Formats: sequence, C-alpha cells, structure tokens
Amino acid sequence: MSDRDWNDPRLEEALPPVADDGGPRPPRLPARIEDIPAHAPIDDTCFLGARKMPTPIGLPEAVQRIKNWIRARSLWVMAYGTGCGSIELRPLATARYDMERFGIVMRPTPRQSNVLIVSGYLAVKSLKRVVRSYEQMPSPKWLVGLGSCTINGGMYWDSYNTINRLDLYLPVDIYIAGCMPRPEALLAGFDRLMKLIDRGEANGWHHYLENLDWYKANQRKLFDDGDMPDYNW
Amino acid sequence: MDILVRAAVAVVVVLGAILYGLLVQGVIRKVMARIQGRIGPPVWQPVYDLFKLLFLRTAIWHGVMFWLGPVFRAAGGIGLFLLIPVVVGNPWLENFSFTGDLLMAMYFLFFGSLGMALGAAEAGHPHSPIGISRGLVQMTAFELPFSLAVVALVARTGSFSIIEIVRAQQGSVWDWNLFANPFASAAAFLAFLGMNMYSPFNIVGAPQEIPVGPPTEYHSSFLSMMAAGRSIFAVAKMVLYMDLFLGGATSLLEAIVKTFLVYFWSVFVGAVFPRFRTEQSVRFFLGWPTVFGAAGVALVLFAR
Repeated sequence: MSDRDWNDPRLEEALPPVADDGGPRPPRLPARIEDIPAHAPIDDTCFLGARKMPTPIGLPEAVQRIKNWIRARSLWVMAYGTGCGSIELRPLATARYDMERFGIVMRPTPRQSNVLIVSGYLAVKSLKRVVRSYEQMPSPKWLVGLGSCTINGGMYWDSYNTINRLDLYLPVDIYIAGCMPRPEALLAGFDRLMKLIDRGEANGWHHYLENLDWYKANQRKLFDDGDMPDYNW
Repeated sequence: MDILVRAAVAVVVVLGAILYGLLVQGVIRKVMARIQGRIGPPVWQPVYDLFKLLFLRTAIWHGVMFWLGPVFRAAGGIGLFLLIPVVVGNPWLENFSFTGDLLMAMYFLFFGSLGMALGAAEAGHPHSPIGISRGLVQMTAFELPFSLAVVALVARTGSFSIIEIVRAQQGSVWDWNLFANPFASAAAFLAFLGMNMYSPFNIVGAPQEIPVGPPTEYHSSFLSMMAAGRSIFAVAKMVLYMDLFLGGATSLLEAIVKTFLVYFWSVFVGAVFPRFRTEQSVRFFLGWPTVFGAAGVALVLFAR
C-alpha cells in the first residue's frame, strides 16, 4: 500500500462518511453574550420537557461582569484524555507548571467540570463519550481543542476511524495548535480562555444549544447504529 | 435580650464563620502547595469556587433526597456551630449554648454526614455508595476514641455544658485539658484526623480511585451549598476542640489563633502520611486511640 494512488476514486468511497459535506453552516457566533436574544429558538423535544434556557439576559451589566470575572478564576477541568495530548496535560499539575495558581484544578466527574479538553485525535468511538460528557456538564461550559488533530485531523487526517474537524460535532471555544503543544502552550491557551470568559465572549455552549439540530445531525452521520440519545443528561 | 436581635446576630456570626472556614481552606491549599514546591492558588480561591458553583445552572432531577442532602449537611453544620460557644464571656459569641450542649453537639457532629449519605445514595452513581460505606465505617471507628475522650472530660468537670468545661480550664495553661488529661487529648486529636478526612484518612473521597466519593453526582448550587456546609462544619469542629482541650477563648483573636492551630494539626499530618485503606484506618482507630481514651477515663476516675 506504500505506492497507493491518492487520486483513485475508489479511495473516496472507502473513506468514512464525513459530515463536512458543504451542508448548512451554523451562524457565526455572536460577539458578546449580551447580544444573544433572550429566547433563542431551541427544539424542546430534545430536552425531555425540562427545557434548558439560554443565559438569562436582562441582568444588570455589572452583575454579569462580576459573574464572568469569578467564572474565569475558577476553571475546573474534566480529567479526561482522548489522545497523546493528555500526556501534556498532566505536567500542568506539577510544581514546574502549577496550574492551580490560576484556580484551575482537575475534577474527575463531568457534573463538576466547566472545561473539557479534547486532547488530540478523537476516534469515532470516543467521540460518543466526549459528546456524552460534554452534555452532562452544567452550563456555562467550555471546550478546548488541543493539538492539530482537533483542527484538521493532523497526522491522522486519513485515518479510517478518527474525525478530522472537531467543531463540526461540538462547539470549540479555543484551539491550541501544535503537534503536540507543550504545556506552556496549554497554559497560554488557558490564559486566553480566561480572558475570553472574563469578557463574556466564550459562549460556545450557548451556540451548541441554539444549533443543536445541526450538531446532532453531524453526530448522527457518524453513529449510524442509532445508539445515541437525543440529549445526554 | 430580644430574640430577633439574637437571630440577626446569629446570621452574621454564621456568615462570618463560613467565610473564615473558606479562608482557612484557602490557606491550607496554599500551604500544601508550598510544601509541594508550587505557588498555589490565591487564598480566596475557595470563595471563588463557591460563587462559581452558585452561578452554574442545572435541570437534573434525581429525587427529593438528592436536593435535601446538602440542606441536611449545611443544617447540621450550622446547628453544630450555633451550639458551641466561640468566645466565652462575650454574650454575642457564646451562641445558643445551654446545659448539656455537648451531648447535642456530639449528635450533630454525625448528623450532617448521614444526611449527605442519604442524598448521595439517591443520585444512583455507583461510586457514591462505595464512598458512603467507607465514610460511615470510618466514622463509626473514630467515634469510639472521641466518645471516650468526651467521657473523660465530662467526668473531670462533672458537667455536660461546654461553657462549664471551658470555665474549669481557666487559670494557667496547665489547667487546659490538653495538659490536665493528655491521654484523653491524644485520643481526641487522633480522632480529629479521621473527622477531617484529610490524608491518611481520605479514602472516603479518594480522587484517584472513586472519583470524588459521595458527591460524585453533586454539581452547581448543590455543591456550592455543600462547600458552605463543609466550611462551617470545619469551623464548628475547630471551635469545639478549642473549647474542650485548649481552654476556650476569651477574645476573638485568641479564638482565631487557637482554631487555626487545631486545624493545622490535621493538615500537617496529612502532608506527611500517605493514605490508609478503610480496614487499616478502622484498625488504627480501634487500637492506640481507643487505648488512650480508656486511659484518659481511668486517669480521671483514679485521680479523684
């Protein structure tokens, strides 16, 4: 297989069905959380009657600002690793990098986490678990794509069982490029994420709820066995 | 004194105690970080965490007990704290102390954990019952030396009132129960290690093994309330030990210094010793601490 013809049309058919088919794109992210309309249309059937409302808009600007200020200073990261990137995640807890000085700690359960780091290549099988974990986290929540595998597939771009673009399936708030990014790059990414949260601009979770149909359609294209709930509680 | 004024003062005192407990936790995290050669989080980090959790949203329903668990825990902590006099002689900071409050305090000491056990069990996560069973087993074990120590103190003072016990220790430092009855103090301070659930007795919520133990499913404002409850619970335990063994306090500054020292006993032990398994900790508590407790009771009975 070393000298295989990359222009062979049969190769296209052998590739897994990728949702990046030029279908409808979700609208651009609103710049600030205050710009989001109060009652964005959300499909109620996905929420089993217990509707998840977007951020209550109408709070005074000062209150919203204080909330975001505190949220940015207390990021609890889900201790979950999908690829090689998770090995770059662990040194952050050590004395050399010490992420706890920014208030960032690891939590072992999605219920108590605010940040989910997809650390590297994402197999289709583990995407289902990542979606499950992401949906179980209470809002507001943030997703970090670590490494080039989450951006364009990286060195796994033609693998038969990994996804190439993470933001087709989950809303990514910040990407950290590299293969692999060093822990310093990860800290810089956290710094950037904290600034975005502080300014109220990291609202991918809201985008996910608003465009749930689009995201779910993309996810279902990969899971053709139907073994996927409408929403994971 | 008007009951409404007392209630208002009690609310202020409880809020202050919660803040103090959170700050003590922050200092502990800082100290642990320095021990490990790190910089550590800001001292205000537990306060940020508490408010951040309050601002999270949830739409998950596990049942009534799941909601009531944190309430029980916070109520147990507040009830315990309000029974114990913080500064003896100050009418505002003696709280609602009464004759026989030590018995009531011993009951409240375990009420909060039971409430949380009921709530966490309803969440249905398999790690919760494991953590709960470990916690209750460990609790039953350290209750024995602690109860023996309390019996020794009560036999010495002849009263179940915490204020009477504090008054009996006034005079010189050598009147403190810590020196007057070293055996009972040793038993109680070893039981304190288990009560605080720091290492070596933190198998209950071992993060590497059963994610966080009982509160695995707790999140958002539930966890926030639980953090507030844990904070005031810790303060109540510190104040109780200060009253029982360190001669109480006659000023707020003295109370802060003494309670801080009491709490740091368990932190320094936790920084050095690795974790016990459940059966190891049960064997530990039913060993030397229980012997010390019995010796403390014997010391009082034969010294008469």
